[in-house]
Amino acid sequence: MPEVSTPSRRHETWLTLPSLLWMAVFFAVPALNLFLISFRPAQVSGDVGTGWTTEAWRVFAEPGHQEVLVRTLGISLATTAGCVLLALPAAWCILLARPSLRPWLLLALVLPFWTSFLVRVFSWRALLQSSGPVATLLTEAGLLEDGGMLLYNPPVVVMVMIYTYLPLAVLPLHAAMEKFDFGTYEAARDLGAGPLRAFWSVVVPSVRGGIVAACLLVGVPSLGSYVVPEMVGGIDSEMLGSRIGQRLFSDRNLPQAAALASGLALVAMPLVWLSLRRRKEELT
Amino acid sequence: MSMAGKVRRPWFSRLVFLGVLLFLYLPLGVLVVNSFNASKYGGRWDGFTLGWYEKLRQDEATLAALGNTLKIAALATGASTLLGTLAAWCLHRYRSRLQSLHLVVTELPLAVPDIWIGVALQLFFIQAGWDLGFGTVLAAHVTFCLCYVTALMVGRLQGFDMQLVDAARDLGAGPVQVALRIVLPVLLPGMIAAGLMAFILSVDDFVITFFVSGPGGATLPAKVYAMARTSRNMPVINALSTILILATLLTALLGHRFLKPKSA
Repeated sequence: MPEVSTPSRRHETWLTLPSLLWMAVFFAVPALNLFLISFRPAQVSGDVGTGWTTEAWRVFAEPGHQEVLVRTLGISLATTAGCVLLALPAAWCILLARPSLRPWLLLALVLPFWTSFLVRVFSWRALLQSSGPVATLLTEAGLLEDGGMLLYNPPVVVMVMIYTYLPLAVLPLHAAMEKFDFGTYEAARDLGAGPLRAFWSVVVPSVRGGIVAACLLVGVPSLGSYVVPEMVGGIDSEMLGSRIGQRLFSDRNLPQAAALASGLALVAMPLVWLSLRRRKEELT
Repeated sequence: MSMAGKVRRPWFSRLVFLGVLLFLYLPLGVLVVNSFNASKYGGRWDGFTLGWYEKLRQDEATLAALGNTLKIAALATGASTLLGTLAAWCLHRYRSRLQSLHLVVTELPLAVPDIWIGVALQLFFIQAGWDLGFGTVLAAHVTFCLCYVTALMVGRLQGFDMQLVDAARDLGAGPVQVALRIVLPVLLPGMIAAGLMAFILSVDDFVITFFVSGPGGATLPAKVYAMARTSRNMPVINALSTILILATLLTALLGHRFLKPKSA
């Protein structure tokens, strides 16, 4: 009789097959297919040709696309930094609050994340549109010329991206701070460090792990942003995602779309790899 | 004495916290208020109206999108909860090369930008000759929901006592009996929580849906996006958004109740 506590191989295979097969068909194969298409020639009809070429990858040699790539990195970096810089003091504030109050404060910061992503982006568009509430107020106060534009520039894109991703930074920082040894902060204060200095030199280094997690959680989706630059951004705030969309929907150059998406994956790769490794450590 | 008492007034972090709250809720608050505002652009208050909701109710395309959204979400939730729970069970129970591969294909999609998945799936469907529409959106939703459910259930299984299974087998229970009478009851609250999460993710998803939807696959977020491009629809989207905010919040709160791990 087989040992009961060592489950049989046959069982394992049958139980694993459904999800493994699904992910193979709808993730692994499409991923490989995407990479292969990026080396195919594009046809005028919008179809993918036969044979192999690096033609599509030349988009990255064009100054226009290089600019978009650099901007994508810049906007993502600014978004990530902004999220961490806002989430650090916010998570600290939660830690200092009465214990009975803490879960509610955390909930208040995270709740908007559970409302529709698109609605959150749209709410800024509605708020900042040219005849909207903010523009009306600013015009009446004489701070904005009549018909002045608040939307469609890179700073607005960064702000709305911070808005949408902030909860993603709050959660890991809050988790890291809960493990923080408060005595070390007290000691620093007692030894004469001001609150800001004590925060930067004692608290921040000890929640490093949380900061890295926050950067990964915000950085990766930022690099792939599509909705925010499309909805509140203008021509000078186009990101890689917008270009991919254009290749798919407007000029129908599938190999180029595949090359741009592969480029995005390559840029995000170090972050993706790091977050997978951290996740694995968590599990074992 | 509480920690807060010892610290000399953390005024700076409190100020940031209040600022962040304002930043988070102001746009949503204005949107909800403006959905009842008779003014078209919401620049000022022109009196209370339910007119935008009435207009929304008469918009058949929106109602069709709502139906589509709910159908896709329900089907994707059911399929992904079953597949994901099974996947998590395997990842938890077995240690092998097969499971290492299994772990990578269920976790990688969560770690890459969603637009990348959208593009990869669209190109795959095109190459496979599969018409973009309801079916492709559903397949895409099952895929990303499956990954989230798996990750959540792997976490839940950390506290699962495998000896329960072994004990039941020792006492003569067959595999089906063990699954239905031991494993399922223990995992059910977690599965409900994961299912609700999958439901919200499916209802909320825009980017992947946008890339793989054709004529028959438009969901509510896709509708909001299309409407938002022309500002004359603004107040109607406010109304639709308000309903969406309420619906997702209620589902999230419901999930929160189930997600809280029971103190064992």
